Order: sequence, then C-alpha cells, then structure tokens
Amino acid sequence: MKKKKSMNGNTILLLLTILLFVVMYAAGCVIYGEKGFSHLQTFLNILINNSGLLCVACGMTCVMLTGGIDISVGSLIALDCMILAYGMENMGMNPVLLCVLVLALGLLFGFVQGFCVGYLNIQPFIVTMAGMFFARGMTAVISTDQLSVRSSQFFVNLANMKFNIPFNIGAYMNRRGKLQIPYVRLPVLIALAVIVIIFIVLRYTKFGRSLYAVGGNEQSAAMMGLNVKATKLKAYMLSSFLCSIGGICFCMNTMSASVGQATGLEMDAIASSVIGGTLLTGGVGNVIGSFFGVLITGTISTLVKTNGKLLSSWSSIAVAALLCFFIVLQSIFAMVKARRK
Amino acid sequence: MSTIKKMTKNTLFLPIFCMILVMAANILYDAASGNFAFNFFTISIRNGVLYGRLIDVLNRGSEIAILAVGMTLVVSASAGTDISVGSVMSLSASMCCMLLAGFGVASASELQVPLIVGFAAGVLMGCVCGAFNGFLVAYLEIQPMVATLILYSAARAIGLLLCNNLIVYIRAGSFAKLGGFTGPVPTPIIVAAVCVVVMILVLKKTALGLYIQSVGINKKASRIAGLNSQRIIMLCYIICGLCAGLAGIVNASRITSADSNNIGLNYELDAILSVALGGNSLGGGKFNLLGSIIGAYTIQAITTTLLALGVSTSEAPVYKAIIVIVIVVIQSPVFKDYLNKRSAKRAARARG
Repeated sequence: MKKKKSMNGNTILLLLTILLFVVMYAAGCVIYGEKGFSHLQTFLNILINNSGLLCVACGMTCVMLTGGIDISVGSLIALDCMILAYGMENMGMNPVLLCVLVLALGLLFGFVQGFCVGYLNIQPFIVTMAGMFFARGMTAVISTDQLSVRSSQFFVNLANMKFNIPFNIGAYMNRRGKLQIPYVRLPVLIALAVIVIIFIVLRYTKFGRSLYAVGGNEQSAAMMGLNVKATKLKAYMLSSFLCSIGGICFCMNTMSASVGQATGLEMDAIASSVIGGTLLTGGVGNVIGSFFGVLITGTISTLVKTNGKLLSSWSSIAVAALLCFFIVLQSIFAMVKARRK
Repeated sequence: MSTIKKMTKNTLFLPIFCMILVMAANILYDAASGNFAFNFFTISIRNGVLYGRLIDVLNRGSEIAILAVGMTLVVSASAGTDISVGSVMSLSASMCCMLLAGFGVASASELQVPLIVGFAAGVLMGCVCGAFNGFLVAYLEIQPMVATLILYSAARAIGLLLCNNLIVYIRAGSFAKLGGFTGPVPTPIIVAAVCVVVMILVLKKTALGLYIQSVGINKKASRIAGLNSQRIIMLCYIICGLCAGLAGIVNASRITSADSNNIGLNYELDAILSVALGGNSLGGGKFNLLGSIIGAYTIQAITTTLLALGVSTSEAPVYKAIIVIVIVVIQSPVFKDYLNKRSAKRAARARG
C-alpha cells in the first residue's frame, strides 16, 4: 500500500509533464495555427533542432540518477563542434576519424570528471564547473573564429540527408500547391536510437539498476556489494560520451563552430531532466520523462520564435521559471513524504 | 621542520603562498624578457592618478573581492556555492542603468532619476535575487547550486529584457565616478576596502560570524542549540546578492554602460576560486574572510599575468579551471588520507 503511494508521487510528476506538453502544444496550434504551427513538420522540426539536446539530456539523466550533476555539457559540445569544424576545414581531416576522436575525447573527459567525483569524493558541481570552463577555454585555444563546415562533402551530405515519413502521413500542400512530405534528419534518428538504448540499459541491465541503487542510498548500495565509486565513474563517462554524440548531432544541425556555441545548454538539459521527473537527489527518473522535458523546452523556444515579436531571452526565462516550478514541486513532495514518515 | 609545519598549518598559508608564487613568476618573466625585474611592483603617478601593474591588480580585482566576501559566507553556511553571482551582477547593472537612462533608451547623457536611486535600486535588485536563492536553499532545502542555477540563466535574460536588448550607455560624468578615480586612487579599491572592513567589523563585533560557522558545521545541532539555521542561511544569501549587486554597479560604472551579455561573465568561477584559494573548505564550516580576499587578488594577479603573457581572455578559463581542480583535489579528504597514510608508512619504515 505504502509502496504504491510513493510510486504515485513520481508518476504524477511524469503525467504532469506530459499533460503540460500536450496543453502547451495544443495552445500553440490554436494561437499560431495559421502560421503553420499545427503541421506535423513543426513538431519534427522541434525534434531536429533539439536532437543534440536529447542525447545530452539522456546522459544528464543518468548522472542525476546517481545524485550528481554535470554542467560541463554545453561547453563540451562547443569543444566537440570546434574540433570537428577545425579538423575538417583547417586540417582537412577525415570526418569519420574526427567523429571517433570526438567520442574518445568525451570518454576521456568523463573519465577525469568521474574519477574526481567518484574516487576523490569532490562535489560534482565544482568538478563539472571546472570542466565547463576548461572545455570552453580549450575551444578558444583551438580557434576564436566562427568556422563553418563546408569543405567535407561527406559530412555535408550526411547532415543534409532527409528521411521522409512513410505513407505521406501529415503531408500537406503548401501555398504554391506543392506537396510537402514531412521529414527528419539523421541526428533525430541518432537521438531516438540513443533514447531507446539508454531506456533499455536503465531498465534491464545491471549497470542501469546500480545507477538507481547508488542514487537512492549510497550506503545501502555499498552494503549490497555494489561498487559505488565505479558506478559513479561510469555514469560521468556515459554522460560525457552521450554529450559527444550530441555534439556531433549539434554540429550536423548548425554546420558551424564558435566559442559561444551552446552556451546555457547545460541549463536546458538539467531543466529537461528535472521537468521530466528526475529527482535532483537521485534515484528516481527515466529517459521517457527527459524526452518530454526536451520537447517542452523545445516547444517554448518554438513558441517564442513563432510569435516573432518577443525577445529571445523570454525563452530562457520561461525555461528557468519552469525549472523553478518543478524543483519547488519536487521539494514539496519530498517534504510531505518526510512528514508522513 | 616544526616551524615549516606550523607555517603550512596556518589557514592563510595557501593564499599567501599562491600570491608569492604569482609575484615570483612575474619577476622571473620580467627579468627573462629583459625588463626591469620589479616591473610588477613599480607604482608611479601619471596624469595625476596612480599607475602600475600592482594598482591595476588591486583595481580590477575589486569586483572579485566584493563577490568573494558574499561567497565566503554562502559557502560557509550552506556548504554550497552561489553560481548566480555573475548573472546577478549583470541584472543589477541593467536595473541601475535602465532607471538612470529610462526604459528603451540606448544612450543617455542626462540622468532620469537621482544617481543614488539608481544605485540603490541596483543593490536592492541584488538583495532580491539573493533572497530568492536563499529562500530556495534555506526553506525548501534544495541543493544550493541547483537553486542558484535558475538565476544563473534567468538573471542575465531578465537584464536583457530590462534593457530592451540594448547596451545602455550612461554618458553623465557623475555615473562614471564609482568606477573611476577619487583623487589619485581608483574608486573601486575604496569601495572594495569599505565593503571588506564593514563585513569584518560585522562578523567580529556581532555574533553573526560565529552563528554562520556553527550552522555550516552542523545545521541540526545549531538548530537544537537555539539558532534559527534557516534564517541565517537566508541572510548569507541576501548578503551574497547584495555584494553581487554592488559589484555589478561598480563594473557598469567602470565601462559607463550596462552590457548585459558581458558584465560578470565567468565571475562566478573567480569568486568560487578565491574562496577555495583562501584556504576555505568548500564543504562549509569554518571560514577565513581575509584568506578569501587575498585569494581574490591572487586570482586577479593570475589573470593580469596571463594577459601580460599574451593569453586571450577567452583562453584564461582553461588555466583557472586547472587551478581550481588542483586546489580542490589537495583539499579533498581522500587525498589527505592518502598523504597521511604515506607519511605514516614512511615513519614506520624509518623506525625499522
């Protein structure tokens, strides 16, 4: 009986998130219907624009499950993009090789952070904040120019690939009478694959379960025989690795690199996870919630853009306000639970 | 041997040691590049104002020193850091300049409201932000860094809204006084000094310092001993917000404008770094304000040195991040245990 009740609290948060998304999207369809908000393509564009964020949010969820946090992700994405762009444009390197390099860098970066957090017991926030400034600074060390990716035909083709939705679902005639078939791009497929894999990992593998155990109660996890330090190390490595995948997606979307790229992305990722029902104290959450969290943040920025008159800073204020709302909600839930005990 | 140990045990050892290290690096660099070896320390008067690299460090380091005062209290009381200070600086500056110039005006040579109203509004804005952070941390028991993350991203955006996405220039001479010179001395130095002295007096003459340390060491025990832990934590965040507001206004006055995107950028790292460099544990509890202040000026000395060496401003965070990690690793209990075990082993071996 008691267990059912505690489960309900978390399910309510997830349901609230999904409901919020549906309401927000429906409101957008009603208000901006004639601007094309109700087309399927608008929804797919949210996915396309946020495919990098989806990967990052998955990694963030894994780290937050252990009770930690990783705020280095935005800067790491900037570094990844810069390496990709600089390697392709100024050094003429093979894009596939560069992608492998970037992924390896993600693993290394995560290893160092995870080692500091897991084995040296330093606060995750301090470690990843240092990582954040380090990565951003390294981006500037490589180049302070605004680079755009043009020379590698392979990479350009990869980024421009269109995957049409089968059976013409959601197809519509545009104003010139031409049939528009909704499509997604490669990064979306990568991101969706990442979500499915992480979902399976979290639910059905030993590693995934140990993430929940460590976040739920570190001491009892250690007493059960789990290697808490190694689990934390792996969580941070996974986060940075997924972040690097996100970086590649991000680079495919923007086809450019600059020092200021993806600033504040860590905020979006954390907000998405929290809105999706991941507890900041760890132990509760899943990637499905984070997926809807990303959709909500994406919808907010699309709404602001569609309006056209609002300043772009409104979207970050709205996301911060939502984050605040959900954090307060979580804390109230936790307090109620503690009082009941 | 024992005197060395006594020295290294002193809480001020780390900041002073780092300061000396930076100065030594400067002397070496100057000597190596063929300049006068003590270039770093020469102070002269040019155009009626003090001039020299040391003055520059003191001047430019004022904002960090002011921030470090608030940050030290926050770290001590809540075992977490306030990462919103940079953004709050920007918001306060925007608020101040928006009031002084009028909404939506990009450049004003005449003040719309008295100068003091603008300054007060800016500082008040900082206090409000601090109170918001403090409420989340103290009463809703949210991890400090997550709670301050909200304003970290929102405050700068709100500042942009206040300024209508413009860089607001205030061309009135009186506005630039705060970031300019009083006689031969740069005013920010005086502001920082006043801020530090007031804070030290408050902490020493009232029981506040003791209370903050007690809450930081054990919140529950302090509660049982009759302290209102929540109110004390809240107060620390309000003071931190106030300091951030003041620093923001000084910075705005320095550049006679409210550049929301750039004021206070990366200052949170500097503030946290100066607290860590000051020998304070980031895990809360005991603190040493003087250490943080020395730490703040050390950071500025490092920045100035890096810039003198030809490192660009956007590259400087790399080195600072490395310094943070090294200091934090040295401070970490695991590392200390490891060192203790090693020295114990060596002692055992020496005994045979």
